[in-house]
Amino acid sequence: MSIIRYTTPKFTSWSRFDRLSSLRDLFDSAFQLTSTAPGYTEGWVPALDVFEDEEKVSVQVELPGMKKDDFEISLHDDVLTVSGERKAESEQSEGGSFRRERTFGSFSRNITLPSAVKADEVKASYQEGVLTVTLPKAEAAKPRKIQVELN
Amino acid sequence: MSTITETNPAACTTARRLETIVPRVNIHQDEEGYTLKAEMPGVGKEGVEVTVEDGKLKLIGRRKVEETPGRAVYRERSVAEYRRVFDLDPSIDSSKVSAHIEQGLLTVRLLKSEALKPRKITVS
Repeated sequence: MSIIRYTTPKFTSWSRFDRLSSLRDLFDSAFQLTSTAPGYTEGWVPALDVFEDEEKVSVQVELPGMKKDDFEISLHDDVLTVSGERKAESEQSEGGSFRRERTFGSFSRNITLPSAVKADEVKASYQEGVLTVTLPKAEAAKPRKIQVELN
Repeated sequence: MSTITETNPAACTTARRLETIVPRVNIHQDEEGYTLKAEMPGVGKEGVEVTVEDGKLKLIGRRKVEETPGRAVYRERSVAEYRRVFDLDPSIDSSKVSAHIEQGLLTVRLLKSEALKPRKITVS
C-alpha cells in the first residue's frame, strides 16, 4: 500500500459558481459525476454521415484537429471501420487549464454499408477536420436499366 | 476570480439560437496569456469570424454549403453554424488577438496587457 499526497486537480481552479454559469456546464457536470477526469473519457464517438448515389457510398466523419497518420480505415465485407487516436496536447500539462471540453483518446466506429463496394478502390481525404471515405459501388450493386421487349 | 467567462449564449443569439451549435472549447493559460481551442469540423478559413468587441470574444464558424454526395442514408452531423461568446478579462489586450484554423480546430491566442504581465524586479 502506498500513500499518495492528495493534490487538487488543476481544472477545478475555476470556482464552482463560474463552472455552473451556463446551462451547458450544468449538464456537463451532471454527466461527469461518474468520470474522474473530464476530457479523458474512455473513448469518444465522432459524428458521421453516410451518403449514397448510383456510383458510390460516401462516409463523412467529424474529426477536428487530427493528423492524417492518426486514422485507420479498414473494410471487412460490408462493414467499414474508422478508428484512431487523438493525442492529448502536451501543453495541457504545463500551466493551467480553465476549460476542458474536448475529448482525447481513441475512437472506433463501424458502419454497415448500404451496398457492396469495390474494396480496392476505396479512397479517403481529410479536409477542414472532416474525414471523407469514398467507396465506389461494386458493378453488381449498381442500378441497371433492363430493356424489356413488349410483344 | 474569473478570466475568460462564458456569456449567456441566449443574450447574443436569441434570434438564431436553434440554428447554432456550441463548439467544444479548451482554454489553457500560460504566463503570456491564454490559448483557446474550439472544435469546428467542416469550417474553413473563410467561414471563421472572430470578433473582439465590448470586452467580448465572439467566435462564429460557418460551414461551406456543399452539395451532398448523393442521398443521405444516415445522418448525425449538424449543418448549423458554430457560435460561442466569452467575456474577456480586462487584463487581455484586445488589440493583440490572433487566430488560425487548421483541420477544423480554431486556435485563438489572447495576450495579457504588457503592464499586467508578471515581472521580476531586481533588487539593487
